[in-house]
Amino acid sequence: MLFHENVEITKKSRLSSDIYEIYFKSESIAKAAKPGQFINVYINDDSKLLPRPISICEVKNDEIRLDFRVVGAGTSEMASYEVGDKITVTGPIGNGYDVDYINNNFKHIVLFGGGIGIPPMLELSKRINIEKTVILGYRDELFLNEDFKDYGNVIIASESGEWGTKGNVLNAFDEHEITADVFAGCGPKVMLNAIKNVAVQKNIPFFMSLEERMACGVGACLACVCKTTSKDAHSNVNNARVCVDGPVFEAKEVEL
Amino acid sequence: MTPDMEVEIAGVKWKNPVTVASGTFGSGMEYGEFIDLNRLGAITSKGVAIEPWEGNGTPRVAETPSGMLNAIGLQNPGMEVFRNRDIPFMKKYDTVAVVNVVGKSTEEYIQAVEALGDTDVDMLEINISCPNVKEGGIAFGTDKNVAAALTKEIKAHAKQPVIMKLSPNVTSITEMAKAVEDAGADAISLINTVTGMKIDVERQSIFLANKTGGLSGPAIRPIAVRMVYEASHSVKIPVIGMGGITCAEDALEFILAGATAVSVGTASFNNPYTAIEVIDGIRDYMVRKNINSIKDIIGIV
Repeated sequence: MLFHENVEITKKSRLSSDIYEIYFKSESIAKAAKPGQFINVYINDDSKLLPRPISICEVKNDEIRLDFRVVGAGTSEMASYEVGDKITVTGPIGNGYDVDYINNNFKHIVLFGGGIGIPPMLELSKRINIEKTVILGYRDELFLNEDFKDYGNVIIASESGEWGTKGNVLNAFDEHEITADVFAGCGPKVMLNAIKNVAVQKNIPFFMSLEERMACGVGACLACVCKTTSKDAHSNVNNARVCVDGPVFEAKEVEL
Repeated sequence: MTPDMEVEIAGVKWKNPVTVASGTFGSGMEYGEFIDLNRLGAITSKGVAIEPWEGNGTPRVAETPSGMLNAIGLQNPGMEVFRNRDIPFMKKYDTVAVVNVVGKSTEEYIQAVEALGDTDVDMLEINISCPNVKEGGIAFGTDKNVAAALTKEIKAHAKQPVIMKLSPNVTSITEMAKAVEDAGADAISLINTVTGMKIDVERQSIFLANKTGGLSGPAIRPIAVRMVYEASHSVKIPVIGMGGITCAEDALEFILAGATAVSVGTASFNNPYTAIEVIDGIRDYMVRKNINSIKDIIGIV
């Protein structure tokens, strides 16, 4: 079920030099939301036509928390919104993570979050009830790491070496000699690809959420496709729509 | 008084003059979650070819000021899936079903048109104006003799009325319009997107995987209104106008300029209810201006 609503911003803060967060109130979206799904945020400036797809960081009662990085004019405008401002949103969109499947079939999960791929791992870590290790990869500035502490063992990697393991999330994974029977993750393509290689080697599933340039954000325009390893049922070619067929795919289903 | 919004295009009656632009609306399944598809004058499908097409690499879209570039590359599931899945879906609704047809050669266009002949599709829109595929599409839409020859072939094989969709990327839109009218087209629709490019300055590279893309959205509206005005004043067949329509006022510009019907395209991405708001807004305008029939204001400027 999709909801298209004009909602009020209830909280707003800056988490690092370029990461911001807003909370908005929507009982219907909050009730329906699953980790790994995203929200289309329509920019109030009419000259920016396309919604910004922002992954759900957390569901708190009837509020949705969105953490985003300022990368262009649209996200800059989003960073300027204040508590009480109204925005139009559609959501929750996409398949999201199958939490029940993970909880019922595995013993130990590693959740990998890299950069702006960290936020969707928060709601996921809240709902997963098997043993879990959270590995967060940063360039230099930390954000959101404290929020994970209540839900699992948190390991940090930073490229600068200032925090935790110097390097990336896989360097931290190796350093801590973690044994797991399932992976989940979100982050840059190079990171996902490297994790996929490890998952294939260990013969364990890796549920990853992908990012792609979107237009409609609801499955109609076919802008945000990814290459699939077998013919996709909807497209009848080797392309799946990241927005509605994903954004969560098992790594072996797609070519990165 | 309820104003009469019905229009007739090539013998097919539309309950109102508003459809959706091919490629922006799928076959209606996704936007059917937001709006009542029964309210549309027509649903115009995304382009379908005889065989499945994979389309271009990503990124396929880029936002631009008051517009966007797209280079999807006519990804489509092919005629077999389309006939079994999309046509029955479109025909469930009380609206006209227009199927947009693409091909890489005259032969492929004919095969697709013939495969639609025994379906209950109401009208065909022939895409000779997609700027994002190397073969076909635009190759048929920039030379008036080539466009006319294809129109003639399609008319010889089509069972439904034929709308030829024209490109703005031409020197003279009136010559193109006249050429396809003379070749037997039942109607024309315009404009398709305007070819453009975006450069990623930080990465110092071309943004879209296809390099060029088609510009759509309000940024192109004045170009589209001008071309619809020129084309509708040079042919007798009906014109379906489109390009950057976001509200009733925008749609009325096209109707006053000479369009019998209009299509809402990119605006649906910004607001899924746009097509319905355009229909309601045109009705309100007719009431306010005491206009009995929408036909009374087509091309009156």
